[in-house]
Amino acid sequence: MNMEEMIDKYFRPGRLPHIWCPGCGNGIVTGCIVKAVAKLDLPKDNVAVVSGIGCSSRASGYLDFNTVHSAHGRALPVATGVKLADPNLNVIVVTGDGDATAIGGNHLIHAARRNIDMTVVLYNNNIYGMTGGQYSPLTPEHSKAATAPYGTIERSFDIAELVKAAGATFVARATTFHAPMLADLIAQGIEHKGFSLIEAVTACPISFGRQNKMGGPADMIKWQRDHALPLAAFEKLSEEQKAGKFPIGVLYKAEGVKEYTEAYDELIAAAQGGK
Amino acid sequence: MSKILLLQGNQAVVEGAIAAGVKFFGGYPITPSTEVAESLAEKLPKVGGKFIQMEDEIASMGAIIGASLTGKKVMTATSGPGFSLKQELIGYACMAEIPLVIVNVQRVGPSTGQPTSPSQGDIMQARWGTHGDHWLIALTPASVPECFDLTLRAYALSEKYRVPVILLMDEVIGHMREKIELPDNYDEIPQAERKLPTCPPEEFKAYATDESLVPAMPPFGSGYRWHVTGLVHDETGFPKGTPAATLAATNRQHDKLYNNLDDIVEVENYEMDDAEYAIVAFGGAARAAYEAVDMARAKGMKVGLVRPITIWPFAEKQMKALAGKVKHIMVHELNYGQYVLEVERAVAGKVPVTLFAKYDNEPASPAEVFAKMEEAFK
Repeated sequence: MNMEEMIDKYFRPGRLPHIWCPGCGNGIVTGCIVKAVAKLDLPKDNVAVVSGIGCSSRASGYLDFNTVHSAHGRALPVATGVKLADPNLNVIVVTGDGDATAIGGNHLIHAARRNIDMTVVLYNNNIYGMTGGQYSPLTPEHSKAATAPYGTIERSFDIAELVKAAGATFVARATTFHAPMLADLIAQGIEHKGFSLIEAVTACPISFGRQNKMGGPADMIKWQRDHALPLAAFEKLSEEQKAGKFPIGVLYKAEGVKEYTEAYDELIAAAQGGK
Repeated sequence: MSKILLLQGNQAVVEGAIAAGVKFFGGYPITPSTEVAESLAEKLPKVGGKFIQMEDEIASMGAIIGASLTGKKVMTATSGPGFSLKQELIGYACMAEIPLVIVNVQRVGPSTGQPTSPSQGDIMQARWGTHGDHWLIALTPASVPECFDLTLRAYALSEKYRVPVILLMDEVIGHMREKIELPDNYDEIPQAERKLPTCPPEEFKAYATDESLVPAMPPFGSGYRWHVTGLVHDETGFPKGTPAATLAATNRQHDKLYNNLDDIVEVENYEMDDAEYAIVAFGGAARAAYEAVDMARAKGMKVGLVRPITIWPFAEKQMKALAGKVKHIMVHELNYGQYVLEVERAVAGKVPVTLFAKYDNEPASPAEVFAKMEEAFK
């Protein structure tokens, strides 16, 4: 399927153009979600996309699935309700760095802990874009933001390590420069039975890049190319060489951990057998 | 066939939920509503339903919204502090028109307040707790059997009007044990049904309506792929923030309920036929009011009780009529004075309205209510 056919099949007619700024990477990430669904040939009726609030969360409205644009930070609880109530649905959560790791941070660790089968695509643009460039928990330390005019003194999360520690069973990262890899990782996440999170590093030239003098959209994509390394290559680096670099690819995968809705079916069977 | 049981109000809500066909509960432990969650954790899996204890009150609202989108009947239960946290997504459920039932067993507030003491301090919060213009339904049971009946009614209304329904309990009713007669088998209890689209999926507009003003709501996975949002949207369900779209959405969300007040608003009259004076009380506070009316009648006072069962929408018509019938109204509620504000507004000075507010952590006794009536109505 070429891109045009994919747009016709998976994007809602009449909903484009999207609201994202010129140079924004969110369209690339959203395209990768569609490529993953196309690769797996999932029936559209069986896909639910649940998003929160923010730039990236607007993606749900463009996609021709069962879609929820929920409240700020609340995509994961809503997605948990959808998935637990109807485990036949493939649930994809679209969220941003502020949405998922600040206001929704509690929901993120608990959804990971439950290992409920859903795939979170976390659009990480390092900033609150929609509100005009305030710092998020994924804004790198010392970066400038509308609410950090002197540079943020807060350390940022390593979101992959965070959800891994919380119990996620598939964790991956790619960038919009590595779009084919990103689409492939999302497809792997959907196929994985359990809680999966794919961090998609995406550029926000307007609200993040400009404040931090990172150049235009192309420069920010080159930045991704120059700072991301496949996990195996990253691990060979010394601690000094790792500074400023980050690994991409499948970062963690756990097998044999019981998935939540399957465990729930067993619970129901036990409760009904015991009556 | 039926069975006679001795149940708490909270347990009767659980029986009502099972009878109504609830298949999903998302909750968080909080006194004095916890029995609802504990009991449904045990009972739901036996009927193929699911209980999940979420990480917080907000998440439990989120989970029932998600589950409702798959076509399930859903419930959450909470009390004061949790009710405050749920307000964000109650507003979402109003805007996106998601059927669901929230049980709020009121306790003394604000803040942690008195977790095990009764109060009716959330009357106004139930109406106006979330931001923005919005409309919903709140029902207040005054007995254990009524907890069961109103739980069923909550689902009937929620599904019919696609609106959140708050079962506004209080600690008196939630924890009081009373005799209740329940059917042996819930299979014959009529199940509230959600309106489904009659058009094919390609013609479906998620928020288009007929004269009922209530849009059809196909479950996720049924082939009707629609978009749910808390943004102002037009009949397609997609965001549209024009003045015309905002006006249309706001008016419809109001009118779908307020065109049907006769169906929604229920008020019980006790000894009102020849009454010259009326006490207005609801929920746990109504218990003492019934007996106080009996005491007054025994002394020859022509007093009756008007008990709103539907707290919201406000019983406007009934209270206006009451002002034309009696000489004096006393409102008794377990707070500093909330519902009385609406009564005063409706009565509009036609007759005096006296408030007996009880907010010291304990319900009033019948003798206290009677004494206040004697004083007010002399």
